[in-house]
Amino acid sequence: MKSNMVKKVYNWLDERYDLTPLIEFARHKKVPVHEHTIWYYMGGVTLFLFLIQIFTGILLSMYYQPGPDSSYESLRFLLTKVRFGWLIRSIHSWSANLMIFFAFVHMFSTFFTRAYKKPRELTWVTGFILLSLSMAFGFSGYLLPWNELAFFATKVGTEIVGAVPVVGPIIMKVLRGGSDVTGATIYRFYAIHITLLPALFMLVLALHLVFVQKHGMSEPEHLANLPESRKKYIPFFPNFLLRDLILWLIVFDILVFLAVYYPWELGLKADPFAPAPAGIRPEWYFMFMFQTLKLLPGHILFIEGEVLGILIFMVGGLLWMLVPFWALKGRPDQRIQPMEFIGVVVLIYIGVMTILGYAL
Amino acid sequence: MELNRRKFTNMLIGGGLLGWLASVLYPLFTYLIPPRVEEQSLNSVKAGKVDDFPPNSGKIIKFGRKPVLLIRTETGDFRAFSATCTHLDCIVQYREDTKHIWCACHNGMFDLTGKNIAGPPPRPLMPYGVRVQKNEIIIEKPTNLG
Repeated sequence: MKSNMVKKVYNWLDERYDLTPLIEFARHKKVPVHEHTIWYYMGGVTLFLFLIQIFTGILLSMYYQPGPDSSYESLRFLLTKVRFGWLIRSIHSWSANLMIFFAFVHMFSTFFTRAYKKPRELTWVTGFILLSLSMAFGFSGYLLPWNELAFFATKVGTEIVGAVPVVGPIIMKVLRGGSDVTGATIYRFYAIHITLLPALFMLVLALHLVFVQKHGMSEPEHLANLPESRKKYIPFFPNFLLRDLILWLIVFDILVFLAVYYPWELGLKADPFAPAPAGIRPEWYFMFMFQTLKLLPGHILFIEGEVLGILIFMVGGLLWMLVPFWALKGRPDQRIQPMEFIGVVVLIYIGVMTILGYAL
Repeated sequence: MELNRRKFTNMLIGGGLLGWLASVLYPLFTYLIPPRVEEQSLNSVKAGKVDDFPPNSGKIIKFGRKPVLLIRTETGDFRAFSATCTHLDCIVQYREDTKHIWCACHNGMFDLTGKNIAGPPPRPLMPYGVRVQKNEIIIEKPTNLG
C-alpha cells in the first residue's frame, strides 16, 4: 500500500520532471578506494558544519539585537537567561572554527593529491573562494558580540584592508560605515554576516558541488593509470553516503563535547576609549598573517612594512587560488615534486607563524 | 571602419546599456559610502585636576570622538598624544614599568616624545598640546592640524 503510494508520487514527478536520468546517475556514482580515500570525506564534513552554522545562526538571530548598546547585552541575556542559549551560541562558535579547520584540511589534501589538475581547475578555484568566504564569515561574526577582543580585531582587520593601495581607504570606510569602528560597523557586519555572505556562499557552493558531481572523485595518478580490473570502487549510494553520515555523527559528538565542556566566553564589553588589552589576538586562522605583520619592521626600503606584508599576502593568495594554472611539473623520477615542496613550505610557514603567535 | 546600420544599432544599444548599468550602480555604490558626519570643531578639552594624575601614569581622555593619551612623567611634566597607534589603529597605553608608550596589538613601542622606537609602527604618535590653568589640565589640538 505504502510502496504503491510512493511509486505513484514518483511516477507523477517523473512524468513531469524526468527523474530517471538523475536516479541512474546516482546509481552509477562510485568512489575509488585506495590509501588516500580518507581525504574524500573532508569536504563533506566541512559542508555538514556549514549546515550547522546556518541552523544555529538562524536560532541566534532570534535573540541577537545588533547595536552598540544591545549587541553585548542581548548576547549576555541569551547566555544567562535563555534556556540552552549558551549551548547554541557555543556550538555556533565551535562549529565555525571546526568548519574552517576542515576546509583547510580539505584544501591541503586536494593540493597534495594534486586533485586540482585538469579538468578540475574550477573546482579548486571555487573551493578557494569558499574558504575565503568562510574566513570573511569568521571575521564579520567575530565583531557581533561587541566585546573587547572583537573590537580591536575589527579595528586591526579593517585597517589592514585600508592599507591596500588605491581602493583600500574607500573599502575600509564602506566596511566600517564611517572612519572608525562604531555602532555603524556592527550594523554593516551583521548585514554582511547574515545576508550577503550566505547568499554568495550558497551560490559558489552550488557551483562547487555541481563541478564535483560532473567530474566525480579525483583518483591519484598512480591509481588512474591502472587497468580498470585492478581498481577498487564502492558505490556512492548507499556505501559512501553511510560512511559519510557516520563521520558526521562523530564530528557532531566532538562538536557538542567541545561546546559543553569548553563553552565560548563572552569577554568584556568593548570600550572604544580603552587601551588595547595585552595578549590581544585574532582567531587562529588569521594568526599567521597577524604574526607576520607583528614581526615586520616599520619600513622596508621605501615602503611601510605593513603595506608590503599585506601586498605579499594578497599576491600569495591570488597565486594559491590560481595553482591549477601554473602548477610546476617535476620529472617523474624526482623524489620531491616541486608542488609538494611548495605546499610543505607554505604549511610550515603557517604552522610556525601560528605557534609563534601564541607563544610570543 | 565601415559603419553599417547593424553596427550603429549595436553601438547605440550597447552604449545605452552601459549608461543604464551606470545609472543603476552609481546610486548603489554611493549608498554604501557613509555620509560625512559633521563633527563639532573641538579645540581643547578639560582632562581633570593636576592632583588626579600621579607622576608616572597615563590615562585615555576623550577628545571629541578621538582617544588621546595623557601622560604625567616621573618628573611631573604633562604630555599628550593621539592614542591611536600609527601601525594598525589600536589604542596605545602608558607602561609604568618601562616608562614607554606601548601598543598591545603588535607590540609597538613609542618613547615619551611620541617617537616610534620599536616594533612595527611606521610613524610617531601625533602630539597634542597640554596646558595647566588654575590647577586644571587642558589638552589642546595642535594648531598645525587645522
